[in-house]
Amino acid sequence: MSLSSPWRADFPAIAALQRQGQTYLDNAATTQKPQALLDALNHYYANGAANVHRAQHLPGAHATQAFENSRSKVAHWLNAGEAGQIVFTHGATSALNLLAYGLEQEFAAGDEIVISALEHHANLLPWQQLALRNDLKLVVLPLDNQGLIDLKAAALLINERTRLLAVSQLSNVLGAWQPLPELLAMAKAHGALTVIDGAQGVVHGRHDVQALGCDFYVFSSHKLYGPEGVGVLYGRNEALSRLQHWQFGGEMVLTTDYQRASFRPAPLGFEAGTPPIASVIGLGATLAYLNGLDHAAVLEHEARLHALLLDGLRQRDGIQVLGQPQLALVSFVVQGVHNADLAHLLTEQGIAVRAGHHCAIPLLKSLGLPGAIRVSLALYNDESDLQHFFNALDQALELLR
Amino acid sequence: MNLPVDAQTALDTFAQPQGWEQRARLLMQWGERLPALADDEKSEENLVHGCESKVWLLGDMTDGHWQFRAASDARMIRGLVALLLARVNGLSAEELQRVDLPDWFSQLGLSRQLSPSRSNGLNAVLQRMHQLTVS
Repeated sequence: MSLSSPWRADFPAIAALQRQGQTYLDNAATTQKPQALLDALNHYYANGAANVHRAQHLPGAHATQAFENSRSKVAHWLNAGEAGQIVFTHGATSALNLLAYGLEQEFAAGDEIVISALEHHANLLPWQQLALRNDLKLVVLPLDNQGLIDLKAAALLINERTRLLAVSQLSNVLGAWQPLPELLAMAKAHGALTVIDGAQGVVHGRHDVQALGCDFYVFSSHKLYGPEGVGVLYGRNEALSRLQHWQFGGEMVLTTDYQRASFRPAPLGFEAGTPPIASVIGLGATLAYLNGLDHAAVLEHEARLHALLLDGLRQRDGIQVLGQPQLALVSFVVQGVHNADLAHLLTEQGIAVRAGHHCAIPLLKSLGLPGAIRVSLALYNDESDLQHFFNALDQALELLR
Repeated sequence: MNLPVDAQTALDTFAQPQGWEQRARLLMQWGERLPALADDEKSEENLVHGCESKVWLLGDMTDGHWQFRAASDARMIRGLVALLLARVNGLSAEELQRVDLPDWFSQLGLSRQLSPSRSNGLNAVLQRMHQLTVS
């Protein structure tokens, strides 16, 4: 029996894309949205928009209530409990930049920041530039042959000079869970701050930031079936108290005169200016929808799809899979075929996959590849999507070989 | 303005309705026709930045006429570049300035290859050609 997704109809865009002849398999880049989110956006705008945390009037009170409800839902989603706070940013990238600027005073020349070889540019460049500004050393943890951060090397590279560790939970190219408990233990043993880039990881399964024990955890709403323009920064209370204010403006201030000011603590102190109110409310609606799903069933569905994808690729000649992907996505190259040519012909056939460097140029370079094709899955994908992909792949390869 | 002979051939071939497979085959055939560049011409200097694949583009003006040569490690972009060169090679500087290249690709039924989200590099090649011809 063909594997179908019981949640497919909850995402109206999937049917619309199908009518346009498109099979959407670029979910690690962004996802389609559930009807619950569309309804929430419509409800908010149709019933009275207002700014949050400012106005005494009723629409303002309603908007603030809905906005803060979303914050609670995010905290619940990550099991933040009383351990920390949820700060809304404009994306995972801006959350990581907030950290790289807000923690700047924690570093002195010669201190080390540790990242890994598989980081997305969003979790590489803010730290690289911080290091360049302050004469710090950026240490890059190497990968083992399975595409996991090499723990033996990490044990040497994470040491008393390490002031901060920033690593991805799940690689957007290699699709493997990284050994976070071990890495976090090493960093904590040396008193280093810890930052987890959960942009890919948060989409698959449930994660408990208290159990993880990281100082900061970052993700973006739009990869988790939510709207764009919202990022989430979870910070442990003790770690947040070390974060300096970064962007200044409306509503983050406690008191000010013309010459000096004092600022609010987290979360509002880090949410300068009008936040993306509708998007935050939409994220709350998405999380409510996701909370109502059978999590075990979602995980099993995603695992079965991933196995089908991996098997199908392995059955075909000349295909080299990058790393040993465990879930969510598979990146691959085909011997003797340029990935740009394959991408071109898949596009011609209505297959939406990603080709290129996946915002991880150093990683691709280290693998000796100019680029790769990435197929990434979501809970609404089904076996028919994979069949379309494989048919298109076979046709493309027949032409190109 | 009369089309160059190669351009007329391209137009006659591509303007007919066809499926994606036939279009891809034609593109690859056109790409094969590009004269090879010498290895030392495939230099960093001649590399067009902004492409997923590597594209090298050289342009020379002889007797008042532009002559471009190009190469790529990917076949589809090579075909697209061949179609570009078919349209522009042999033109005077003034003629080249007047050519509406996006319109040329749209006449060939390939306008989608120039959409802003495309990373295949045809846009980057057009930009480089512009730089070469105005400097």
